[in-house]
Amino acid sequence: MSLSRTDVERIAHLARLEVGEQELAAYAETLSRILGLIEQMNAVDTTGVTPISHPLEAGLRLRADEVTESDRRQDFQAIAPSTQEGLYLVPKVIE
Amino acid sequence: MSLYRSTLAGLYKLLKKKEISSQELTQVYLDRIEAHSDLNAFVTVDRTRALAQAQAADARLHAGTGTPLTGIPLAQKDIFCTEGLLTTCGSRMLANFVAPYDATVISRFNDAGSVLLGKTNMDEFAMGSSNETSFFGPVLNPWDRRCVPGGSSGGSAAAVAACLAPAATGTDTGGSIRQPAALSGITGLKPSYGRVSRFGMIAFASSLDQAGPMTRSAEDAALMLNVMAGFDPRDSTSVDRPVPDYTRTLDEPLAGLRIGLPREYFGHGLAAEVGRAIEAALEQYRRLGAKTVDVSLPNSGLAIPCYYVLAPAEASSNLARYDGVRYGYRAPEYADLWELYSKTRAQGFGAEVKRRIMIGTYALSAGYYDAYYLKAQKLRRLISADFASAFEHCDVIMGPTSPGTAFEFGSRSGDPVAMYLSDIYTISVNLAGLPGMSVPAGFDSGNRPIGLQIIGRYFDEAKLLNVAHRFQQVTDWHLRVPEGF
Repeated sequence: MSLSRTDVERIAHLARLEVGEQELAAYAETLSRILGLIEQMNAVDTTGVTPISHPLEAGLRLRADEVTESDRRQDFQAIAPSTQEGLYLVPKVIE
Repeated sequence: MSLYRSTLAGLYKLLKKKEISSQELTQVYLDRIEAHSDLNAFVTVDRTRALAQAQAADARLHAGTGTPLTGIPLAQKDIFCTEGLLTTCGSRMLANFVAPYDATVISRFNDAGSVLLGKTNMDEFAMGSSNETSFFGPVLNPWDRRCVPGGSSGGSAAAVAACLAPAATGTDTGGSIRQPAALSGITGLKPSYGRVSRFGMIAFASSLDQAGPMTRSAEDAALMLNVMAGFDPRDSTSVDRPVPDYTRTLDEPLAGLRIGLPREYFGHGLAAEVGRAIEAALEQYRRLGAKTVDVSLPNSGLAIPCYYVLAPAEASSNLARYDGVRYGYRAPEYADLWELYSKTRAQGFGAEVKRRIMIGTYALSAGYYDAYYLKAQKLRRLISADFASAFEHCDVIMGPTSPGTAFEFGSRSGDPVAMYLSDIYTISVNLAGLPGMSVPAGFDSGNRPIGLQIIGRYFDEAKLLNVAHRFQQVTDWHLRVPEGF
C-alpha cells in the first residue's frame, strides 16, 4: 500500500494535525514504508480466527453507581489554557 | 563498596540499623544526579520536596513503622502523574503539565514512605526505542555516551545504571522496560497485564501498557513489585487476585526447571556476540540444574507488524485528548476551533508521535478496519496461542532481550522501520500480556551490555524473579558499574 499526498491530507484531517504542503511528500513516503511493514500480516491466513482485544479476555468490571470522587473542578481548571466562570474557553463555534 | 552502588536490600539494612538516615542517602543521590546531569536522565528534580519526604521517612523509621522501602530514594518515569510536580511524558504537549493527582503507582510508593528523587526522561509518550524522541533531548548511555540507553524508559535505565538512583520505575508497551534494561545493563521486569495499576500512568496503548521496576538486581525488583502490584478499582483492567510476597520464593532451587528456547529467537538478525552471551547464560542455568527444551513460537515474526497496527490505533484514540482545551500545550495563534486543534497538535507532538497517530488513524478509518485492525487482533490471538502451546513444554522461556547491543545516536532515528526491529523479541510478550524480564548477561567486545530475556506464564512474576535471582547469585554481570560512575 502506497499512500498519496491526498491520502496523507485526509488522514491528517481526521487526526486533527496540521501538515504543511512541504511535509506531505515526506509523510507519504515514511507512512507508506510503515504500512509496507504492517502488510507482512497478510502472509498468514487468519480465516476463522477469533480476534482478541484484551490479553486476558476479561470482561470490563462493573461497579455500583455511587459517587466516589469529590468535586475538584477548580483544581482541574487551574491547569487549563483558558477558562472563565468555570467554563473552558475556545474560539467561537456558533455565530 | 560505595554506598550509592548498594542494592535496595542493602540500603534497607543500613536505614533500619540507623547507620545512615534517609536524608543523608537522598542527598547522596541528589548530588550524583547533579554531578552527572550531562546524561540527561532526568526531566525534573525537586530537591526540596525529596528532602522533605526523606525527613518524614526518617521520622517513620525512628518510630519503627517503616517498610522495606521507607526512606529509599527512587526515580519515577515521567509518565506517572505526580500531584504538584511536572509530568511531561517527554512531550512539548505536556511540558507545562502539573497533574492534580498522583498515579496509583506513585501513591503506593508514597504510602510505603519512599522518596521521589525526580522524574526520568523518556521517549515522547513512550513511543520509541532509543530515547531520541524526547522533547527534552536524548539520554546518554552511561556505558558509552555515543550510544542510546534504549527506550522508551531510557532515563530510568541510565539513572539506575549510573547509580543516580538505586531503583526506578518504567513502563513497557512493546519492550520499553526490558530493552533499555538490556542496553543499559540493569534488571527490568514487565509484569503481567493487569498486575500493576495503570491509573495515572499516561496512556499510550491501553491493552498493552504495563508498569514495572528497573533495578540493580532481581531481589530489588521483587521489593519494588511488592509495593507496585495489586488490585486498583480505578483501573478497569486491573486484575483482582492476591499478590504474593515476591521476595519469599527468590531462593527456591532451579533443579528440574524446564527452559523453553524458541528457535525463532535465535535465528537471522541476532548479533553473534549476543547469541554467544545468551548461550553462556543458558549453560549457567544447566549447571544450576535446569534443562533446556526447544519450543516454537511460529507467529513471532508477525508480532511487529501486528503491534504497529494495534499500538498506533490505540494511541491515536488515547492521544485525541490533547486538544489544547483542558490542559497542556495550546498553540499561540489560531483563527478558529479547527486551527486551535490542528496547530496545537502539530506543534505539541513530535515527529514519531505524529507518525503513529496517523498510522493508527488510517488503520481505524472507514473501509480499512477489517484489513488492519481486525487482522491484527486475529494475529494477536495466534501469537498468544503460540505461547500457550510453548508453555505446555516448559516453565519459562528464555532468549535475547534485543537482537543487538546499544546503538549509536542517529544510526536508526531516520528510519522508523529499522528502529522498530529493536523490539522484535519483546513485543510478542506484550501482545500476549505475559510477564517478561531482562537481566544482565554479559558484554559485547565494545563493553556494551547484553540482556537475557525471561518470559513466564500469566502472573508467574515470582517464578521469573526466582529464576533471575538464582542466576545473579552465580554471576556478577548485574553488579558491574560503568567506568566513571
